[in-house]
Amino acid sequence: MAIIPKKHEMPTQPADVRAHNFNEVALGYTPEIAVEEAKRCLNCKPRPCVEGCPVNVNIPDFISRVKEGDFEGAYQTIAATSALPAVCGRVCPQETQCEARCTLAKKFEPVAIGRLERFVADWHNARATERVQAPVSNGRRVAIVGSGPSGLTCAGDLAKKGYQVTVYEALHTAGGVLVYGIPEFRLPKSIVEREVETLRELGVDVELNVVIGKTLTVDELFEMGYEAVFIGSGAGLPNFMEIPGEAYKGVYSANEFLTRSNLMKAYLDHPTTPIMKGGKVAVVGGGNVAMDAARTALRLGAEKVYVVYRRSMDELPARAEEVEHAQEEGVEFRLLCNPVEILGYHNESDPRDPKNGFVTAIRCVKMELGEPDASGRRRPVAIPGSEFELDVDAVIIAIGTSPNPLIKSTTNGLDVNRKGGIVVNEDGLTSRANVYAGGDAVTGAATVISAMGAGKIAARAIDAALSSHK
Amino acid sequence: MYKIVTKKELNPTVVQMEIEAPLVARKAKPGQFIILRVDADGERIPLTVAGVNIEMGTVKIIFQVVGATTTLLSRKSAGESVCDFVGPLGEPTRTAGVKKVCIIGGGVGCAIALPVAEEFHRLGAEVTSIVGFRSKDLLILEDEFRAASDRLVVMTDDGSYARQGNVTVPLKEALEAGERYDMIITIGPLIMMKFVTLAAQPFGVPVTVSMNPIMIDGTGMCGGCRVTLVQNGRRVTKFTCVDGPDFNGYEIDFDEALSRGRMYCDFERRARDEACNLLKMA
Ligand SMILES: Cc1cc2nc3c(=O)[nH]c(=O)nc-3n(C[C@H](O)[C@H](O)[C@H](O)COP(=O)(O)OP(=O)(O)OC[C@H]3O[C@@H](n4cnc5c(N)ncnc54)[C@H](O)[C@@H]3O)c2cc1C
Ligand SMILES: Cc1cc2nc3c(=O)[nH]c(=O)nc-3n(C[C@H](O)[C@H](O)[C@H](O)COP(=O)(O)OP(=O)(O)OC[C@H]3O[C@@H](n4cnc5c(N)ncnc54)[C@H](O)[C@@H]3O)c2cc1C
Ligand code: SF4
Ligand code: SF4
Ligand code: FES
Repeated sequence: MAIIPKKHEMPTQPADVRAHNFNEVALGYTPEIAVEEAKRCLNCKPRPCVEGCPVNVNIPDFISRVKEGDFEGAYQTIAATSALPAVCGRVCPQETQCEARCTLAKKFEPVAIGRLERFVADWHNARATERVQAPVSNGRRVAIVGSGPSGLTCAGDLAKKGYQVTVYEALHTAGGVLVYGIPEFRLPKSIVEREVETLRELGVDVELNVVIGKTLTVDELFEMGYEAVFIGSGAGLPNFMEIPGEAYKGVYSANEFLTRSNLMKAYLDHPTTPIMKGGKVAVVGGGNVAMDAARTALRLGAEKVYVVYRRSMDELPARAEEVEHAQEEGVEFRLLCNPVEILGYHNESDPRDPKNGFVTAIRCVKMELGEPDASGRRRPVAIPGSEFELDVDAVIIAIGTSPNPLIKSTTNGLDVNRKGGIVVNEDGLTSRANVYAGGDAVTGAATVISAMGAGKIAARAIDAALSSHK
Repeated sequence: MYKIVTKKELNPTVVQMEIEAPLVARKAKPGQFIILRVDADGERIPLTVAGVNIEMGTVKIIFQVVGATTTLLSRKSAGESVCDFVGPLGEPTRTAGVKKVCIIGGGVGCAIALPVAEEFHRLGAEVTSIVGFRSKDLLILEDEFRAASDRLVVMTDDGSYARQGNVTVPLKEALEAGERYDMIITIGPLIMMKFVTLAAQPFGVPVTVSMNPIMIDGTGMCGGCRVTLVQNGRRVTKFTCVDGPDFNGYEIDFDEALSRGRMYCDFERRARDEACNLLKMA
């Protein structure tokens, strides 16, 4: 049978329509398309795709079941290793993970593993009716700090083993970046809510509005009777560029902009959440965060959105699909450009002029790619005399985030590395006895699936450690 | 849900509430704040911890009704609840080594200043308090300040009560008369804090200001609360919610903070009008 060289296309909302709404962009495969796509899999013996997945989802096996129309069986196969298939199918950077290793990718497009995973998870979620049963408690308590993918996964795995788990979350909604960062049009909030609901059914207690390090400390958690603590507090601290003009009104960190839109619901045209809408917007950066900010700005009504990135298209770290979608929606990429200053409006003669202090433009310098640096990427170098200005009304800075120092600074004996990441061994154990950590809090900003994987590893290690004594 | 246990109107636009939040009550120190949401669709707003009752597990807040969210909150009665209440956030006011302190509050800033004055008083420091209000109707917490201070000066802008003038007048008089405080702590409108800092400068007395920028999360995640400090000629960005709210007055770029504070002026005016209209219709 001849191999179909390309993935089956993902049905999406037309670009001109979706650029003005917050509904999900990709609509998902139908069962027919899913089965056809599954047939592209060679079920090849070496199964390189499995190695490419950070949690080693049994990809050929689940795809075979899709091929046979056994969608529930496929779901169970994925669920054996991945706690959040509906999320990962949507947001994993498949092109650098599972799909990158697919044998087909040598000559053709790889099997659309992510799309199939999403299909299977959605199919299951739409039909699953029986509620999960909370397992019999073993009476041992574990505290989880943070309700992002690492914390939720660790909590779920431990709850299934009978531990009494409490998740402490600083914000008023559980889900971490999945709710405050990644927008509705890419990951509907209802999917994350459902995952959290499932955890509650498993008996996990989710305590919102508790900042560990402030409301309670790690030491107090042990005093309260928790026998182990998992820290999955993410990497939420936004970096700024440290260039002149970052304090002008209209300059946001991507976290602030996305939080206002997602968590504080400006995307629903919420009457009490202020956010800048309309006008021209420059987003600085090239990762998923930058794409999300750019496309959110567009949907909130911006007339023009630029992505300003200092390297070229080949180096853009965002998921390929998001870059493509952003381009189709009309986001303009200003590549090989680096901001050097943000300019603002001043009316000296009228200090009360309400426009005073707002952004007017961003000054950039053009870059060219020089020799590869330590990371192997070619280092961008400024071209002298190439400065130019882009007129904009808002600037969103999406150049990365770091782990928040709050927990480190309030927990004695917790070692962190130079970049603020918590130091752990291969089991996720930190320098403190019975304190584990994983996800972005350890690695710095990374991916959902790697955070989930770290949550799993820690859950296993916590279970092993706690069941070995007593 | 966090229950409103008591509610009291201190003046026509300032309301005091005690809210049940035992974990916060146990931890809060003077100078720290909480963030609350009134209802599930609400905005997150920061308010200073104005006192705690550990036995009751309650946290006292005192707020001025200025916009949409504070209006909604002010319409809640004792026995009702707010949906979110998180804290204590920020760093407590530093008290170490301060034996003689001058606390200068303006308007509702006095609510924030009172627990700080009480803490210094409790620690045995000599406390001078200077509190200023636009007029007599807006005066709050006079008795409480008197009890916490060795010396209290009340000022009104319009002279309708006590002494007429703004808070910098008695401060300058005292400094000129040779008073040397270990620390001046000022809490209130930015413009007042700026002028207090300028007044103290010639005398070289350290000034601590309590910044109140717009906030969202209060955990260092959004950067919206950033302020600029000028340290040895270098501009340094700090996040008020985690590094503050107290900063060295001589380092703060007040003009920038004043400008940033007005970012959403138009929006807020509209939101407040909408909230008022909704409440009128109800
Ligand atoms: C806008 C955006 C888009 C992204 N897109 C993708 C994508 O497409 N694909 C992908 O794989 N990855 C993506 N990522 C990265 C991915 O979301 C993260 O790597 C992942 O969420 C990390 O999970 P985590 O569990 O470590 O932490 P987080 O998801 O960051 O969760 C940490 C949680 O801990 C809470 N917390 C922090 N400190 C405390 C404390 N002291 N006490 C209590 N709670 C605390 C936080 O409020 C938060 O809820 C994106 C990130 C962003 C910001
Ligand atoms: C650390 C800190 C402690 C504070 N403590 C007190 C207090 O004890 N008592 C008190 O009355 N007020 C206090 N404030 C100010 C209080 O948060 C604002 O008055 C409140 O957010 C206004 O909300 P609103 O919707 O009613 O008004 P809005 O219409 O939203 O705004 C009215 C005014 O409040 C400011 N403001 C708006 N949103 C915020 C926000 N999220 N954070 C900060 N300021 C904002 C605006 O700049 C504007 O000047 C404090 C602020 C900070 C940062
Ligand atoms: S979890 Fe992510 S990396 Fe693993 S198979 Fe699924 S989409 Fe691929
Ligand atoms: S590598 Fe590709 S073709 Fe081989 S089993 Fe995995 S998905 Fe199928
Ligand atoms: S309020 Fe978001 S960082 Fe301070």
